[in-house]
Formats: sequence, structure tokens, C-alpha cells
Amino acid sequence: MSNNSLVSIADYSKEEILSILNSAADFEANPNRKTLDGKVIATLFFEPSTRTRLSFETAVIRLGGSIIGFSDAATSSSSKGETLNDTIHMVSCYADAIVMRHPLEGAARHAAEVSPVPIINAGDGANQHPSQTLLDLYSILKTQGTLENLTICLVGDLKYGRTVHSLIMAMSHFHPTFKFIAPDELKMPDEYKVFCRRNNIPFTEVNELTDNFNDADILYMTRVQKERFQDLMEYEQVKNVYTLRNNMLNNSKPTLRILHPLPRVTEINPDVDSNEKAYYFKQAQNGLYVRQAIVSKVLKPLTSNGEQE
Amino acid sequence: MEKKLKVAALRNGTVIDHIPSDKLFKVVSILHLDTCLNQITLANNLESAKIGSKGLVKISDRALEVDETNKIALIAPHAKINIILDYQVVEKRPLVLPEEIREIVQCTNPNCITNHQAVTTRFHVLNNDEEIMLKCHYCEREVKRDDVKIK
Repeated sequence: MSNNSLVSIADYSKEEILSILNSAADFEANPNRKTLDGKVIATLFFEPSTRTRLSFETAVIRLGGSIIGFSDAATSSSSKGETLNDTIHMVSCYADAIVMRHPLEGAARHAAEVSPVPIINAGDGANQHPSQTLLDLYSILKTQGTLENLTICLVGDLKYGRTVHSLIMAMSHFHPTFKFIAPDELKMPDEYKVFCRRNNIPFTEVNELTDNFNDADILYMTRVQKERFQDLMEYEQVKNVYTLRNNMLNNSKPTLRILHPLPRVTEINPDVDSNEKAYYFKQAQNGLYVRQAIVSKVLKPLTSNGEQE
Repeated sequence: MEKKLKVAALRNGTVIDHIPSDKLFKVVSILHLDTCLNQITLANNLESAKIGSKGLVKISDRALEVDETNKIALIAPHAKINIILDYQVVEKRPLVLPEEIREIVQCTNPNCITNHQAVTTRFHVLNNDEEIMLKCHYCEREVKRDDVKIK
């Protein structure tokens, strides 16, 4: 196994997270470098995710590296029944690192255990998507000037939304206060509330969006994802419960910023886009710099004692 | 005294007593006793003052290793393990739940990689507050000890 893999945000210490964010700021100042000259990075997307794949591929290309891979499992040998273990071994003969999106949860951990080259998890089912979490943190840091002592409202699908779960874990280093805003069907699962209590993180839970984020520094909106529902009736009942409109922002803090992992559907009305508090498109752009930082970190050689140089 | 005679005394080997009756055959499976060639005595639905109805396993001429007996701590935490030498109990072994459980537990998440490909299951035992939880090493889903599925 390569120790440099990034599978879950919990794999990174507070120091490693801050070091990635610092490095991302460097890449934002100067995104075009040739530090990956001669390196080959594989992007294996066993389920399609255009946004994440293009962002990783752009990150590699801007650093002078080359890309191989596939964007759909139908065009890969897994459609012939090849195991993930075999695919990873085969690809690691060609590539210096592997960026992987897979529909099964735990696929990235398994891949990292069998792979001789670093694995970057670009999403394993409903489980982890650490590059999204790191770009969320980078966006929070950039807009607020700090990660410490912020009030963060998480809105929408808090039950199945992996981005909000990972964000709670990652923010736990920085003394946040959370407000969970969701319908009963999509409430934050108990294990994350237990996690907050154990880490002395204050949180409140409410059902209504209106007027419930006036003290917030960050309003983190999420999409209710059809593909996470076993029961489509339940999806139809909850999909349109929260829509953020421009006039709802009048009493919010001037420094409030609205984040969303995108794509959005109905949860943010387009009239919010022109408000200076809307940050979601810039957030997506930040993903490029953060992914440049991640790819650079996993490709740094290990010293003899297993630490990175 | 009369109770003890229901199952013949063991000269050398391992006795596992106070197994809940509904867990006896799970214990047999976890310890792979179905392929063990030693003499084995199984008894089930015996009266027990402590747990109502119990099962019992005697394995002749084999002292189970600590790693082996700890595997049953998950499903029969109150079972009693005695190692016998020349009809004497030479070791009363407490059961300790290991920090990591490999192979014997199946992940309850249908979308976990371990339920689709040949990956040995691994669970981390979390002992938070009063409840023991198992966390899948792969999909990171947590399950309560009582809801665990044994393969």
C-alpha cells in the first residue's frame, strides 16, 4: 500500500489540512507550473462525474502532467467482470497516481490497500469525497479569513449528503457552531450528532430555513439527490422543501457567504446569483487549486521513515 | 453434580460453557469446528440458572488460542472458557472483544465493496459511551453490536 493515498478527510491531521490549504493558495497565485512534468495520472471514473473529473484533469494538465483513464465504467474492463483489485494493479503499471470515483462505498479504501501507487478518492458511493471537503474548507477560509469560531448552517439533505458529514468532521478542528436545517425525513443522522457532542461542538436543529441563518457566517446549501433515495415517493415529498431566494438574505450578516457543492437544482433561486453573498461558482473554481495541492502532495516522495519531505 | 454428568467429563482440551442457545451454531461456525478433526461434544438447550437455556462445546485435545476464543466475544460475551488438562481446569479465560474483527462479520450496508467483491471484512470496535459499535473499515458505516450480521 502507498501511504500517500487520500481516502477520507479523517486521514488528514489538522496540520495536513492547513498545509493543503496553504499550498492551494500558492497554486491560486500561480496555477501554471511544470512540477508534474513527465508524470502520468490515471482518472478512473467507474461512475460519471463530469465536474470532479474535469477539475482533477485540469489540475494535472496545468501542472504539466498527462492524463489516462476512462469516464464511464461501460468503457472499462470492469464491464467484463474484472475486479477492482485487478484494475488497480493493471493501471498502477502505467500511472504514478490514480484518481478514482466508484459507486461502491469503501472502494477507495480497498483500492488504496492493494495499490502500489497513491489513490485519491474522488468519491466512493455515499461515503467520502475528501477533495470536495478540502475545497469547502478553502472557500470558508478565503471568505472569512479564518476557520476558527465560525457559525455554519447546513441546509437540505443532511441525511444522505456526504459533503456535510465530511465538513463536520473536518471543521471539528476549528471550534465551529453548527445549525442543522432539514426536514424530518432528511435530518442529520445520530452518529454525527454524537460526534459533535463528544467533541464539544454546539449545534441546534431546526426545520425552517427562513430567518434561521441571520447569525451565520456560512450558509451551506445541498441538493436533495434523487439517486440516494431507495423510495422515490419520499424523494418527491421532500425535494422542493427549501428554496433560498434573494429577499431572504436581507437580515443576514454582510460577511455571510453561500456555499453549495453543485450542481444545484431548485434549492437556490437564480436571483441569488447576483448577490455578493453567493459564492458557489467561485467555490467550484477553488476546487482546481485545492486539487492541484492534493495531487502534488500525494506525489511527493516519502522519506525513509515514512514521512513526507 | 448431577447436571455435570449430562455431558461426559473432558480429559484434555477446551470447554466453552454458557453459550446462549441461539448462538451455539454461530460459535461452531466462527471457530470452524465443522472442519476440526478432534473429538467434539456439542450440547444445546441445557438448563441454566443464569441465562435460561444454554449451549456447550467440548473440544478434546485442543486448547484454543486466545485469538480464537476472543472471536466469540462478539456474539457470546458471557460465555465461559475453560482450558482442561488431566481433568483439571488449568485456565479460566476471560473473553476480550478485540479492537479489530476480521472476516466473521458481514457489513450490513448493501452498497459496501465487501458485499460485492472478494474483500475480507474488517471492523473496528468502538467502545463509546455505554454502547459498543462496529465500524466498517471500508464503507465507514457503524452498526450496533446487537445488529451485527455474522457470516
